[in-house]
Amino acid sequence: MNDIQLVDAPAGVEGAGFFATSVDKVIGIGRSYSLWPLPFATSCCGIEFMATMSPHYDLARFGAERLSFSPRQADLLMVMGTIAKKMGPVLRQVYLQMAEPRWVMAVGACASSGGIFDTYSVLQGIDEIIPVDVYVPGCPPRPEAIIDGFMDIQKLVQTESLRRRNEPKYQELLASYGIL
Amino acid sequence: MGKISNEDLLKKISDKFHDQVTTVGEPFGLLTLETGREQIIDVLSYLKNDAALQFIFLTDITAIHYPGIERQIGIIYHLHSPVNNVRIRLKVFLNDGDVHIPTATVLWNGANWMERETYDFFGVIFDGHPDLRRILNVDDMVAFPMRKEFPLEDPNRVDKKDYFFGR
Repeated sequence: MNDIQLVDAPAGVEGAGFFATSVDKVIGIGRSYSLWPLPFATSCCGIEFMATMSPHYDLARFGAERLSFSPRQADLLMVMGTIAKKMGPVLRQVYLQMAEPRWVMAVGACASSGGIFDTYSVLQGIDEIIPVDVYVPGCPPRPEAIIDGFMDIQKLVQTESLRRRNEPKYQELLASYGIL
Repeated sequence: MGKISNEDLLKKISDKFHDQVTTVGEPFGLLTLETGREQIIDVLSYLKNDAALQFIFLTDITAIHYPGIERQIGIIYHLHSPVNNVRIRLKVFLNDGDVHIPTATVLWNGANWMERETYDFFGVIFDGHPDLRRILNVDDMVAFPMRKEFPLEDPNRVDKKDYFFGR
């Protein structure tokens, strides 16, 4: 029990009895180790996600064991599986119901690009309707790959500004999807 | 084998409808007949209501598209008689551009969604259908995707263009 690891403190100014850093970094660290994912699992990638959540791979190690099945309390939308065109408006609605800050992860070939389903009924990647932060390749990706993608999200959360929503670049991105 | 052989079945139908119904064949023992849209409801009604035949179960309505021939669109009915343990298949071929056929919802309520699906994928207009609109595809789709003139692939996809593969 002596190998408990604590998160390193962010860069800052340290002296006798005080430590100064920016709020951005502290909150970023806090957020990144307590993301509430919303699993939007429609097919086999969702099965891999079940393994990722289970004790063998244990996503709880990264502070994400609390799944939010309400989009209003979720931080991270994990889209796992084929999204048919008829499901597209539903997915968009779920994204719109999430509060800022929000991140999106496209898990697997289908969510990223339509995958093998290059056909009239399947959405050719969820980035046609909502912005995506991290793409996880694989058909389906192994739990390690999903965890790797999740750690990339954590890095994004740690390094992004607190007011990401107010950045012109971000607003431009959302406007290009007709959101706001 | 069912209680009614295909020969007896064919004879009963021929006695009633004469040359309005023609035999296509018996693939896998399934008697397959062809008729026209003028008498399709009469034929279905006879098969369903005849005291001996009792084809009371409408298994499926679907369609098929043969491009390049005169009567391109075929509408196909599968019926099942659980009492006699026998099945039958009926086909109606229509010219493209005039794909109208009377609805079978007057006989089976279950034909409602089958006909909507056939309309959705092949654009067959079932005259008299109570609510003929798309059922499986997105509402704003303009194509009838199972017809051969519509490409199967999604035209929005760009990552499979030849130049990505040096072609």
